[in-house]
Amino acid sequence: MLIELRNISKTFDTVQANSGISLVVPPASIQGILGENGAGKSTLMKIFSGFTLPDSGDILLDGERAVIHSPADAIRHGIGMLHQDPLDFPPMRLLDDFLLGREGGLFPDRRGAARAFRELAERFGFVLDPEAWVDSLTVGERQQLEIMRLLWIGSHVLILDEPTTGISLPQKEKLFATLKSLASDGMTILFVSHKLEDVEFLCDSVAILRQGRLVGTAKPPYLTKDLVGMMFGREIAFPERKKSPPGASVLSVNGVSLEGARIRIRGVNIQVRAGEVIGLAGMEGSGQSIFLGACAGLTRPVSGAFCLDERDMTGRSHHDFKREGVAYLPAARLERGLVPGLSLSEHFVLSEKKKGFFIDRRRAKKLSQDRIAAYNIKGEPDSPIESLSGGNQQRMLLALLRDPLSLVLVEHPTRGLDIESTVYIWGKLKERCAGGTSIVFISSDLDEILQYSDRVLVFFAGRVSPPIKAEELSVESLGLLIGGKGWEDFERGEADA
Amino acid sequence: MSGDILLISLAGVLTAAAPVIFAVIGETISERAGIINLSMNGTILLAAMGSFTVALATKSLILGFLAGALIGGFVAAIVAFASVTLRQSQVAVGFVLAVLCRDLSYFLGNPVMGEAGPRLSSSPIPLAASIPILGPLLFRQDVMTYLSILLIPLAWVFVFRTRPGLVLRGIGEKPSAAYVRGANIGRLRYRYAVIGGAIAGLAGPIYSLSVKAGWKGTISGLDGIGWIVLAVTIFGGWNPVRAAFGAYLFSLLQWLGLVLQPAMPGVPAQVLQVAPFPLMILTLLLVNVGNAEWVERSLARLPEPTRRWLSKLLRAMNATPPAALGTPFEDGE
Repeated sequence: MLIELRNISKTFDTVQANSGISLVVPPASIQGILGENGAGKSTLMKIFSGFTLPDSGDILLDGERAVIHSPADAIRHGIGMLHQDPLDFPPMRLLDDFLLGREGGLFPDRRGAARAFRELAERFGFVLDPEAWVDSLTVGERQQLEIMRLLWIGSHVLILDEPTTGISLPQKEKLFATLKSLASDGMTILFVSHKLEDVEFLCDSVAILRQGRLVGTAKPPYLTKDLVGMMFGREIAFPERKKSPPGASVLSVNGVSLEGARIRIRGVNIQVRAGEVIGLAGMEGSGQSIFLGACAGLTRPVSGAFCLDERDMTGRSHHDFKREGVAYLPAARLERGLVPGLSLSEHFVLSEKKKGFFIDRRRAKKLSQDRIAAYNIKGEPDSPIESLSGGNQQRMLLALLRDPLSLVLVEHPTRGLDIESTVYIWGKLKERCAGGTSIVFISSDLDEILQYSDRVLVFFAGRVSPPIKAEELSVESLGLLIGGKGWEDFERGEADA
Repeated sequence: MSGDILLISLAGVLTAAAPVIFAVIGETISERAGIINLSMNGTILLAAMGSFTVALATKSLILGFLAGALIGGFVAAIVAFASVTLRQSQVAVGFVLAVLCRDLSYFLGNPVMGEAGPRLSSSPIPLAASIPILGPLLFRQDVMTYLSILLIPLAWVFVFRTRPGLVLRGIGEKPSAAYVRGANIGRLRYRYAVIGGAIAGLAGPIYSLSVKAGWKGTISGLDGIGWIVLAVTIFGGWNPVRAAFGAYLFSLLQWLGLVLQPAMPGVPAQVLQVAPFPLMILTLLLVNVGNAEWVERSLARLPEPTRRWLSKLLRAMNATPPAALGTPFEDGE
């Protein structure tokens, strides 16, 4: 299908999210939409898929004006969108999720649907059981499910919003193979991303957005420098890898075993030293999150002990851990890290040590202005927290951390963030390390793990490797470990690094 | 106690549970769509009074039942209007309606108080009624009791096996995901709130035209049942079959309160009358205790096999509410 977007504009409150964007996408091609966080990519795609109404502008499909006022209209035109956060139903079975939204009679044809499900899964090489529960899937598998569903309801245009965020390397390769084969079958694909290498690898053509405007297009072969230049309007410098000297032990984990709803991990041993950065690598759901939660006192170990500064903290509450200088930044920023509905300055007041009964509004405003400037947050003291983009919410979480801290635990510190924000966030985290704070973080981005960690723990299906020095690992060797290969060496009892 | 009396009593429990079943299933459907109809206590009272008045005036039981459903649907429509259209708190509106409808029923019901009205008679099913044990237990009931028993599998099949039921679960769980799949969230929430309200509204006439026939104002003994209905809906894990089980348990407790009274003369009558309510809440607490983190912590000390078994049991009993329950949905403008 030939897609033409003409002069699409959209304003939210005072922010011009899209201004006069025009774009033509030929059929049977993969069109990249590149831009940093808050550039207006998602807004444009939400308008195209009927989720959001534009203030002005037209959408033409195969040369005819299409009226898309709701997702139902978009579905009728064969436009399917894979949203950044999978819009599926976690407590349902895969088959129910697959069926939901498809037209038909009172009783759905479950057997027919299951057959279609298996055929689609086989066609793309997805390993999905229609009777399993959606909440048992990884983000990558949920994406596969959603792609299958969109194809099943007859989409000929597929929009993918940041699809490579939060999925493993093999899943990403599989996704790309799927998209290429779909495009060669005549599907038009819009691929929204801030990741240069993904766009360069996959797309037949790239449109770059910056601050709500289309600033340029490119065709292969791509010049990375040009793309970065258009995305940011300037060049970005990457930081040097620095080694931090080993300090005193901050956190020691001795033979800890943990149990979650679906996974058990056992026998974790590590001494985290002051100023050290530990990366937790592994496929989503391999036990990293439970381990990180246990380091914050959120989950109680089945056996083993946690010590902070030589003090036994096993079985103590999160509150006690916090008092010892442990900070925990969960991946679900808006659900668990911040309070939707409160403004930025209210957040700063909340995180302050209590002083007095009434809020000193003037001081709060001053404080927030300082922190907003110090952490380079794009937002006003009075704007609600949910109006910030993902990158700015993450900066906000860092700005809320108290001083001094002995240990910072971060889940996916830069998930969904563009290069500039990533470099910035890690700069701030490393500043803390220089002051003696240790960091333990989870990431599914192997480059991030290798770039920033001193040592790495690899998680695979509940097994945990001994700490490995980051310089002894490469993307390939780490990728193999995450996939469950090369673990025999550890069993032979390699020494604790 | 002889077997016959026991059978008749148990048959009475089935009859007494009928209104509670209608109410919990109506509430379950509404909550599955994401709308908490907190007005249940007032709805039942107002529907009981209204349907009794209508039946008395028209001499028609059918019109009486119809009036009950209409009142229930109307009150639910107010909750839906406040929540879907005005995007206001369902809890506040529902609570005010619960109190308002209750007092309204006492006030408007004054003229018909104590009047002798029509009453639904039992309709034994030929042949089936003479089956030993099952006959007196199941087949000598009135129409509404039969319907209440039929409603349980019907509601279950609707919610878990049909296409509209799937969408219903979707809009209560994650409206944004249902919306991108083409569902009109606002319209569907209206629809299911009103249907649920109408089904729950039938609980009123079942009381005033059958189970506790007549209208006796504040001493009708119906005040409080609506709150139990809300608790049973939670206890039932938003599943019609489990909710019906809770309804039967509640009626059984009420019946036990009645039969134990002569056997325990030392206990004040009020204690046994009120006991089902706290007992019900206690059951509820026990069922959902697995949610609490401290339970997990305490369980960790038990020996491994016991602990696994217990935590499995607790997890199976746990029910998670529809994730979007009580929250208004805003589409992308």
